[in-house]
Amino acid sequence: MGDQAVYALNNINLQITSGEYVSIMGPSGSGKSTLLNIIGLLDKPDSGRYELDEKLVTDLSETEQAQIRREKIGFVFQSFHLVPRLTAAENIELPLLLGGVSPEQRQRRVNDALNAFELKQRANHRPAELSGGQRQRVAIARATVMQPSVILADEPTGNLDHQIGAEVMLLLENLHHQGTTLIVVTHDRELGGRAHRQIGMRDGKILTDQFHDTH
Amino acid sequence: MTLTDTLHTSFKTVMSYRIRSLLIVLAMALGVGAVVVLTALGDGARNYIINQFSSIGTNLLVVLPGRAETSGSFLGAVLGQTPRDLTLKDAQLLGRLPQVRRYAPLNVGAAELSAANRLREVTVLGSTADLIPIRHMQLAQGNFLAQGGEHNAQIALGAKIAQEFFPRSQAIGQRVRLGDSRFLVSGVLSSQGETMGFNTDEIVIIPIDYAQAMFNTTSLFRILIEAKSHSDIEPAKQAILASLRQSHDGEDDTTVITQDAILETFDRILQTLTLAVAGIAAISLIVAGILVMNVMLVAVTQRTAEIGLLKAIGATSGDIRRLFLAEALWLSLVGAVLGFLLGQLGSLLVRIAYPQLPAWAPVWASIAAIAVALFTGMLASMLPASKAARLDAVVALSKK
Repeated sequence: MGDQAVYALNNINLQITSGEYVSIMGPSGSGKSTLLNIIGLLDKPDSGRYELDEKLVTDLSETEQAQIRREKIGFVFQSFHLVPRLTAAENIELPLLLGGVSPEQRQRRVNDALNAFELKQRANHRPAELSGGQRQRVAIARATVMQPSVILADEPTGNLDHQIGAEVMLLLENLHHQGTTLIVVTHDRELGGRAHRQIGMRDGKILTDQFHDTH
Repeated sequence: MTLTDTLHTSFKTVMSYRIRSLLIVLAMALGVGAVVVLTALGDGARNYIINQFSSIGTNLLVVLPGRAETSGSFLGAVLGQTPRDLTLKDAQLLGRLPQVRRYAPLNVGAAELSAANRLREVTVLGSTADLIPIRHMQLAQGNFLAQGGEHNAQIALGAKIAQEFFPRSQAIGQRVRLGDSRFLVSGVLSSQGETMGFNTDEIVIIPIDYAQAMFNTTSLFRILIEAKSHSDIEPAKQAILASLRQSHDGEDDTTVITQDAILETFDRILQTLTLAVAGIAAISLIVAGILVMNVMLVAVTQRTAEIGLLKAIGATSGDIRRLFLAEALWLSLVGAVLGFLLGQLGSLLVRIAYPQLPAWAPVWASIAAIAVALFTGMLASMLPASKAARLDAVVALSKK
């Protein structure tokens, strides 16, 4: 309606340091997922700059951006986004396949991931045969199998009950304790409150940016 | 993503959609199989006819009365007029040409054959002893019109005639009546069956003098000539025409048909026919290609979220495109190989059902059918693969 431009994000100025645990909170339409997509190089800002590891990445080619997503960023989605026809092990293997990792290496790293996320017994099960919590664990294993420096989680507990959700958050926070930067998008205040840094958004703008010592 | 991983991953995807993949493979296989079987039939028919023609003689030329403007075609001969007959004198003249190995004047008619209380109508060939080798016939018994016997009342019987008239006794040396004349059986032909619609088992051969007398004619139906070698065929043809022109007062009133010319004409016609049926069968490959495109387009829609995920975890547009193209490649390849095998099986069944028809699919047709199947499959998947590769990751991920 009308010719006024609508910006999903507007005048965002944000710096996240390596190893931080950040939550981005806000109501639906506040722009938090768009911000996450830009951080994850799935989306491009119409204007502005985005630097990752002190390197300007907004002007990189599609192939170069794909390589960064593959090597430095791990995604965890609300709806898991597992490939239904593949087994848990095969889903975890996908980023390694795309990265051209050798079959022996793939086998070893998938096994490590299955063990780390207690999925060994479910390795050959398809997503339809797994519980919600197990599915999300497979998704997290997939996100970490390339040992990325950043994990981006978009409503990671949105499809899980409270207890399973808490378990999934512990897994993600464990990754953070090992040095991975963890950025979680959520509209759940309790969940967002677990992060060391909490960013509040509304109408495409950052309203609050607070640091909390949760320990 | 490495090429091996791309092929392996896409193969697993193809295998996971069993029914869908099976239907595409079947469509491809039927297309390729149809091309292989139909070209096998076409080529088989071509070889069959060529073999039949080759079996009637070697380096053969046929001289017939009448001038046809076209050469190498029976049609011209049939339509040609006969201003002057061919005679035995003409035949003897041609026999003396340096390019000619041997010749046989020929008259054809029908007469009643009777012997041993049996009677039947038979086709009568009047010729000389050289007819037997020129027409690649063989004698099972006897020595028909042996040197010096051309003017004796001898007769050679076709295998079936000899069997019918003399089932329990030796035919050689028996006396038979043909029309109003009596003949001594001096030869029995080997059974050759039917060649070009002419059954040599049911003919009798008598000396040309007797045939002309029996049919009350001085003209000849044909003069069969065998050139000394393949390279002599064309010179022989020219020499025959020149020689007959001279003896017919400068008139070009005869036609010479060479076996090669007939073979070439048939070869050309049947090769064109084979190509035409292959082309018709190839249409089914295009239909299969459209099916591939349709199914791949549906697959892209169904797997939009998966494509979005792959992009999110680091797949490039090229990776996505290659994955979809590899899927189409597998479907086309398996379809083509299965179709080739089906085609070979079909050709085998044709050969079993019709042993006289050498229904072997030509190598070019098999290679072309497989190549067209692969090309069509790949071409048809270009559009869906590009569509998948162009998908926006964020939009794709939002699809359920």
